[in-house]
Amino acid sequence: MHSLILSTATRFLTGLMLVFSVFLLLRGHNEPGGGFVGSLVASTAFALYAIALGAQAVRRALRVDPRTLVMVGLALAIIGGLLPLIEGAPLFTGVWTDIPLPRGGYLHVGSPLIFDVGVYLVVVGAVLTVILTMEEEVL
Amino acid sequence: MNTITHIIGSWSVGVAITLIVVAMILAFIRLVVGPSLPDRIVALDLITYLAVAFMGVFAVLSGHSAFLDVAIVVALLGFLATVAFARYVERSHARTSISEDRDD
Repeated sequence: MHSLILSTATRFLTGLMLVFSVFLLLRGHNEPGGGFVGSLVASTAFALYAIALGAQAVRRALRVDPRTLVMVGLALAIIGGLLPLIEGAPLFTGVWTDIPLPRGGYLHVGSPLIFDVGVYLVVVGAVLTVILTMEEEVL
Repeated sequence: MNTITHIIGSWSVGVAITLIVVAMILAFIRLVVGPSLPDRIVALDLITYLAVAFMGVFAVLSGHSAFLDVAIVVALLGFLATVAFARYVERSHARTSISEDRDD
């Protein structure tokens, strides 16, 4: 499908949707959102990109194979789950730390964020593997 | 003054919900009746955006801004669904025209 309107609109929409997916990912612990929903929005963005500009364009934009994303995401999720063991807390307990910022104030981060990023990468990688395979199969 | 704006506010939400529901019923009738596949796709698209509008009104009614984020997600995904359907129609159309050419 070669539509100038679609491919031009997709260039803007994909970036917008990726920013929104990161927004959903980062605020997930305190408000509606989270790694899973954010990654679904991100894979929707890439699916739109694949429909408008082809599966090869998505592979070029990703730079890495989607299956690599799945592996990195799983590793991150396991690391996030194992971190509380260092403090002697049970597995998958949320441990939090405050990183001081250069201009005052603290960045409140913890192991749930690492786990959520892992979930995000796993779901993006798995969904994109399916979508890109189907997209290349059809051609 | 404050009570007047309050009355107008609650009244306008009721009007908006009524209009959206009427539009949704009309779009659903088109979805069921619609003679061709593109008619049904346009009706589905309309229902998606009516749902987005309903979520916006519901965010005003309930005062929770989380519904606006849901509306954003549905708006983005509804666009993708319409594009995918359009491509399906285009492809099946091309396929039937090819087979008709072969019959000739």
